Amino acid sequence: MAQYTLRRLLGAIPTLLLVIVLAFLLVHAAPGGPFDAERVLPPEIEANIKAFYHLDEPLPQQFARYLSNLVRGDLGPSYRYRDYTVSELIAGALPVSILLGSLAMLLAVIVGIGAGTVAALRQNSVVDRVVMAFAMVGISIPVFVIAPLLVLLLAVKLNWLPAGWSGTTSGTRLLLPVIALALPQIAYIARLTRASMIDVLASAYIRTARAQGLGTFAIIRYHALKPAMMPVISYMGPAIAAVLTGSVVVEQIFGIPGVGQFFVGGALNRDYTLVLGIVIVYATMIVLMNLLVDILYGVIDPRVRYQ
Amino acid sequence: MTRAAQIAGRIRKNRTISISGGLLAIVALLAIAIPWISPNDYLQTNFDNILSSPAIAHMHWFGTDDLGRDLLVRTMMGVQVTLLVAIVASFVSLVIGVFYGAIAGYLGGRVDAVMMRIVDTLYALPFIFIVILLMVVFERNFLLIFVAIGAINWLDMARIVRGQTLSLREKEFVEAARLTGVSTARIIIRHIAPNLIGVVVVYVTLTIPQAILVESFLSFLGLGIQEPQTSLGALVDAGVNQKENAAWMLVIPGGLLALILMCFNFLGDGLRDLLDARQST
Repeated sequence: MAQYTLRRLLGAIPTLLLVIVLAFLLVHAAPGGPFDAERVLPPEIEANIKAFYHLDEPLPQQFARYLSNLVRGDLGPSYRYRDYTVSELIAGALPVSILLGSLAMLLAVIVGIGAGTVAALRQNSVVDRVVMAFAMVGISIPVFVIAPLLVLLLAVKLNWLPAGWSGTTSGTRLLLPVIALALPQIAYIARLTRASMIDVLASAYIRTARAQGLGTFAIIRYHALKPAMMPVISYMGPAIAAVLTGSVVVEQIFGIPGVGQFFVGGALNRDYTLVLGIVIVYATMIVLMNLLVDILYGVIDPRVRYQ
Repeated sequence: MTRAAQIAGRIRKNRTISISGGLLAIVALLAIAIPWISPNDYLQTNFDNILSSPAIAHMHWFGTDDLGRDLLVRTMMGVQVTLLVAIVASFVSLVIGVFYGAIAGYLGGRVDAVMMRIVDTLYALPFIFIVILLMVVFERNFLLIFVAIGAINWLDMARIVRGQTLSLREKEFVEAARLTGVSTARIIIRHIAPNLIGVVVVYVTLTIPQAILVESFLSFLGLGIQEPQTSLGALVDAGVNQKENAAWMLVIPGGLLALILMCFNFLGDGLRDLLDARQST
């Protein structure tokens, strides 16, 4: 398995390199430089600034410099926030984003598997139909629609929860963003769990367990849950990518000072190094998470062989 | 009864497919008809009548926005743009995906291995971030939205088409064509591609909602469709800013967006079940 992990890690390098090259070229193909928005500078000063940021060098040399800094964890200076490096900005914002994302994933997995299992146990009943109808609605409403609707209902109209991030330090300010971020994933996971749980519950060994007089809870807990989890686990990779994407919107709507807000702000302000840095960090996270999921898959299901 | 008629009959009998398909047809018809019939123009501002709530009594059934523009007509224009972007983008991904997949599957061997390896590598890319970067760099070009979304969605299509082609190329009619000296390109275009239509149609109905999501996501962030043009995502964005004094600006376009996505999801699910059932018998 160590060998498999190593090979997969090496296999991730071309993907990441592709992301970096693509993003780097795209940013450098941009019409207009990062300093265009400001007042016209005397040519000497402009040349000085360009030399300071190494923008006067040929492209391959700039790329080599960027890459060699990158492997040392240096993503370059931010063009917008002059006193900070991109690494500092991302490092400051990442904990909030990771907290938000992991809480949302946790909620999605627990509620999604629970709802899916209940629906599978009562297949074609009213409960099943209600859960599946909710799941279809959850899949179909985009995060950027459900999040402001939740704010409108629970924060503005009913005044139960804080609507934004600032103005309070209590944990309740996390509640709405986490729910908004988790809802579509709850829906997906519930659907996946229901489908695979129905398959598993129909298998012979479950019938045997029932014949031996085992209760429903024990059957689910000790026999059905693990095999039924397999499709859910393979969905974890896309789910993590979706939560990262969704967190960009959720951070924007709730005013959460996370990486997503820097991303949107950087994109609108043409802060290229910042946007480039965030794309690379997110890409690395997604690739590593996919790898982790693949390895986990084999740990849970011993029939999977690493070739 | 011909085979096409059989399938048509089964589609009509399937409640999920006929209800969701019917709803979509109604929404699309209204989106085209209402801006045409309505006395209001989607660009016409009226500062004496801003943020008026929806009512049948006055001429603004969906109310007006913060510039006094009629929301009914604007929403319908938004539906038009959203559907147009999604359909064209899905078509782009269809053309790329079908030919990429068919070529990889038909040629097989090393070409196939390399082509699918490229797809695997691209799969791991966080495309939405690359697309955002693309929109930032190239100034929110309308045409670029189609290309960018199409470029995301063709990967699934390529995989599915390749799988189908692998089995198709062993069929007698392909062998017969090869024996009579038909060129490889012609076999792929004339004999393989037409036989992929069933699978392709199903997966297009599933890629359209994805394309709608990407477009509305970009427009919501202010990187997609630009004012005075509008799309459902841009309308939701405007609604978010006014949600405290004009909830209808958020609820109406948001609800319509969700309805359209739900119909496409039900339609795709229904068609896929139908196709699976046919393949298993």
